[in-house]
Amino acid sequence: MIWRVEIQEKSGIFDPLGEGVMHDIGDLGISSVKHVRVINVFVIEGEIMKADVDTICSELLVDQVAQTYTFSDHPVKDPYKNKKGFNVVEVAYNIGVMDPVEASTLKGIRDLGISRVTSVRTAKRFIIEGKLSDKELEVIKEKALMNKLIQHAVSDEAAVFRHVSLDRELRGKTEVAIVKLLGLSDKGLIELSRKGQLYLNLNEMRTIQKHFAAQKREPTDVELETIAQTWSEHCNHKTFRGNIRYTVKENGKTKTEEIKNLLKSTIVKATYTLDKPWCVSVFHDNAGVISFDDKYNVCFKVETHNHPSALEPFGGANTGVGGVIRDTLGTGLGAKPICNTDVFCFAQPEYPFEKLPAGTLHPKRVMKGVVSGVRDYGNKMGIPTVNGAICFHEHYVGNPLVFCGNVGLIPKGMEKKAACKGDLVVVIGGKTGRDGIHGATFSSGELTHESEVVSSGAVQIGNPIEEKKVSDVLLQARDEGLFSAVTDCGAGGLSSAVGEMGSQLGVRVDLDAVPLKYQGLNYTEIWISESQERMVLSVPPEKIERFKEIFEGENNEVAVLGTYTGTGRLELFYHGVKVCDLDMNFLHEGTPKITKEALWATPKHKEPNFACPDGLGDKLKEVLSDYNVCSKEAVVRRYDHEVQGGSIVKPFVGPACDGPSDASVLCPRLGKKKGIAISNGINPRFGLIDPYWMAASAIDEAVRQIISVGGDLSKIAILDNFCWGNPDKPDRLGGLVRAAKGCHDLAVAYGTPFISGKDSFYNEYTDKGKSIAIPGTILISAIGIVEDVSKCVTMDLKKPGNSVYIVGKTYDELGGSVYLSTYGLIGKDVPVVRSKEAMKNFMAMQKAIGCGLVASSHDCSEGGIGVALAEMAFAGDLGVTLILKSVPYEGKRYRDDGIMFSESNSRFLVEVAPEDQKAFERIMGDVSYAIIGKVLEDKNVYYYGLKENLCLKANIHELKETWKKPLQF
Amino acid sequence: MSRKARVLVTRTAGTNCNVETTFAFEQCGALVDEVHLERLFSGKVKLSDYHILALPGGFSYGDDIASGRIFANELRLKLGEDIAKFIKDGKLMIGICNGFQILVKAGILPGPFVASKTLQQTATLFHNDSGKFEDRWTHLKSLGKCVWTKGMKDVVYFPVAHGEGKFIPATPSVLKDLQNKGQVVFRYCRADGVKSEYPGNPNGSTDEIAGITDTTGRILGLMPHPERHFLKIQHPFWTRLPKKGKLGDGAQVFQNGVDYVKKNLL
Repeated sequence: MIWRVEIQEKSGIFDPLGEGVMHDIGDLGISSVKHVRVINVFVIEGEIMKADVDTICSELLVDQVAQTYTFSDHPVKDPYKNKKGFNVVEVAYNIGVMDPVEASTLKGIRDLGISRVTSVRTAKRFIIEGKLSDKELEVIKEKALMNKLIQHAVSDEAAVFRHVSLDRELRGKTEVAIVKLLGLSDKGLIELSRKGQLYLNLNEMRTIQKHFAAQKREPTDVELETIAQTWSEHCNHKTFRGNIRYTVKENGKTKTEEIKNLLKSTIVKATYTLDKPWCVSVFHDNAGVISFDDKYNVCFKVETHNHPSALEPFGGANTGVGGVIRDTLGTGLGAKPICNTDVFCFAQPEYPFEKLPAGTLHPKRVMKGVVSGVRDYGNKMGIPTVNGAICFHEHYVGNPLVFCGNVGLIPKGMEKKAACKGDLVVVIGGKTGRDGIHGATFSSGELTHESEVVSSGAVQIGNPIEEKKVSDVLLQARDEGLFSAVTDCGAGGLSSAVGEMGSQLGVRVDLDAVPLKYQGLNYTEIWISESQERMVLSVPPEKIERFKEIFEGENNEVAVLGTYTGTGRLELFYHGVKVCDLDMNFLHEGTPKITKEALWATPKHKEPNFACPDGLGDKLKEVLSDYNVCSKEAVVRRYDHEVQGGSIVKPFVGPACDGPSDASVLCPRLGKKKGIAISNGINPRFGLIDPYWMAASAIDEAVRQIISVGGDLSKIAILDNFCWGNPDKPDRLGGLVRAAKGCHDLAVAYGTPFISGKDSFYNEYTDKGKSIAIPGTILISAIGIVEDVSKCVTMDLKKPGNSVYIVGKTYDELGGSVYLSTYGLIGKDVPVVRSKEAMKNFMAMQKAIGCGLVASSHDCSEGGIGVALAEMAFAGDLGVTLILKSVPYEGKRYRDDGIMFSESNSRFLVEVAPEDQKAFERIMGDVSYAIIGKVLEDKNVYYYGLKENLCLKANIHELKETWKKPLQF
Repeated sequence: MSRKARVLVTRTAGTNCNVETTFAFEQCGALVDEVHLERLFSGKVKLSDYHILALPGGFSYGDDIASGRIFANELRLKLGEDIAKFIKDGKLMIGICNGFQILVKAGILPGPFVASKTLQQTATLFHNDSGKFEDRWTHLKSLGKCVWTKGMKDVVYFPVAHGEGKFIPATPSVLKDLQNKGQVVFRYCRADGVKSEYPGNPNGSTDEIAGITDTTGRILGLMPHPERHFLKIQHPFWTRLPKKGKLGDGAQVFQNGVDYVKKNLL
């Protein structure tokens, strides 16, 4: 029997979900909706009677105090349907899409002692009150109520009373499929790559053809898929590891350089040059590992989930977080996740609907979805999200960027792993379904308006609780020494995870042993599915019994898939039939080396010439309310940033808990002194002028934030994440090379090694034959060790009468600044990094903070001194003066606005108590520094210009409001 | 060697504040075991061996259907008799955040709890008025008659982090009873103790209720997290405060529980 249950709030109980939907509809520019009610629908199938359904409703599905319910075993006429002034939309998940509520509900029903329920489906029914045209209703459906990649609007309510079998709907093939490859012409090879969504180029297709020709046989479909996954840009990083012919055109001269392996000659090289003894494991594992204290190491990984987030923002960001958490869980023998970071790049929230490229979602929708996705996964995993950033630029419209990071804590000695011959191949966690097929190859191509159709299989929804269950037990099993290696199932699914773990030994896998969500998957789908929440381990046979006991004891499924063989071959079987037999060496080393062309020509930007505005108060407010500067509180509050109890310098500081902290500081072992500081540096606008200085500035920003809270310059490690357009286009690749060079030079200069990194290419969107590329974007994430967290400093002004210093020199560097962007300009003089000067600033600051001489400290970044000082003032609920004339400055322009808003690197604003001034100045020595203001009791900021005129006076509460408002939606 | 208070901290899929809750009890001198629910249900671990049952925060079973619902049913249906006896034996319980949601949805709070196959829920914790999960620090007025809050300062400062924390009593008389019998233990307020609206009352709770106890005063449920303000350095603006003392406002909750056990149950 099939029962349909409808649940809604009792009258008089506020329905915030309906309210939220109404807001979303308002955002679409439709104002005629007066009220929205959300009804939760459960469709329960099984041999159960009315009394059972009643029990299920009243004891499980319904909140007795706040909700009411109705149920029926046949279609009932909805009083609102076809009623004038009312619109009814019911949204359900597409078949095969993960719905975490189903599994929990089934469990809940069993707990009630009702065992005959076979399936549960859920849906949401929206009763929308207000007069709407058919077109408006259609817009609401598509843009506010559902995403058609994973959901559909139910048109026939009676349909729920018909039995749906996933097995029937999703029948897969069982016979071995041979692909005709030998003898294909070049055209045929290209066609095969395109049709099969392999994203392999001709040269690679030829290499594969040659390989099979030598064996005198055709490949099977799964063999070809495996090679495509392993060789994908996503998994193999062909651009970074390949050869590049790099041409620079500057001042009419042309210079060409051959670069063999960009990664090794820049990022990795810096780390090996620095050779820090505290770098425990770099580049080769899922996350980079550095030493923490005498018992533990910490590891850090940041990666992107851009393409999935463009199509399904919630699911994309959700699984992005889930994926990076699995990276630390799969580092060494498994690390305990202790905090998350996230950084996003979107187009502006007020982007006009009519300008949206076909097939893209509106940036506001993308942002809301991404934030919810991150919130859902991070909070449910119980991992505090402590640091992040959000950048806005219109060219992210088709390709939003979503960077997810995770830090883990791992006992010393656990960083090494190796599967041994004879070990069992074991998979734990989620079951395998059809979700995420072709994710790795899909993210290795450009998006077009067809992507939402072609690649819908690449979209996944996560189930954080499944992953939480896995992580709880994984660490127990680690401590009992029950496995020899572990890695996560990410892009490429089992194909990548098992393939990688067995790359040295060879492996044999029975694909029919993989636990499935539903029957009907064929062997290729099982092998490449990117279903979430799975980890692959190698378990010595003598330990498998205990291994199973502890996993199953906490309701985790364990499946033994095969063994690590020692034959050097990848052998896959399906119901006893061999479907794949590949040489591991060819698979992992056989990629043909390619040479790509890169071109860098200095863009012809001009330094703008306009008069300095008289009063700068309006300009300060304009800059404070710029999306790139304004408060991200509305987003950050939605993340639990305090779970696990270790957050010491929180994202928000000051007496009202709303001042924007620099780095976050975390104490991973409760009650101990030692901590870690986490920060990030990102500024895509600088890259529009020069990617070299964008990279250098990003490193400077990440490092100075850690210094600003009390970190130790000699123990900071950094991570790179490059997000670029199509690297097959020389101009895009030229910028990338420049950025990579900037990374190398600054990392070496600052002594901050790279320990891990990631790249994401093809962030371009093609619409009507025109390609929009994102601004080449680099994110630098940093982790620093803090010796004694009780000495940390925050950015809120503390006490009237204290002096405000600036440390570091200000230059004519308005290029790429937020200030110029308020004029719609970009400028030319991008901030550079003068590393010798910077190092002196950092070391002096570190010493002053260590000696307890600093009451507050804030780094100058977007918006320069003007913004940084205003933030310190309203965060501390105190007024302040600023004497621009006293600011150490080098340059020709000498203007109020230039000094106030220049975004020169390596600078800090520092508050010092009168009694500490002498000692502070002694430490500063020959660093460029000066007293530039005083903390006031009064609730105003007073900025005095170069002519000692009062060029700006503003109330701090007003400034704070201005800064807080833009993103509060 | 003197005997120690024994605390059982429950754990299941989605529990995530167990580590800091354990830390808090251990710092107060208790012997703590984190126990997965399956071990309680299978009888491998016995509730009766403990003096305090602590239900920590998290998203048990993903808060699918409703926060705490599935856990609450498990507790009520699989362990109902044991819970009833535990309470009758004069022992203590604390539920924080998701733990509070569980206690309320199992009918243990406001109580009195009766082991029964049918659910009797007289209050609930429902979606925040903001419709959002929010992490923010809240001032709480401490009042009522409860073992866990004995000697507490007038106003304490704990963070909340939840999406479903709006306290709603089933009827006006339930509310009146809570007020009259001293069962309201924490109310959201301003720093000076005066009644507050959003965001001071972060979820729209009726009567600003943030935490309640049962009629015995031995079972405490609250949405804010005292374990996240166990140490002073967890305070959101500790860098502005005088540098003396190591403990935060939340420490007293745990110390009270452990002290009560020492005095009355050992």
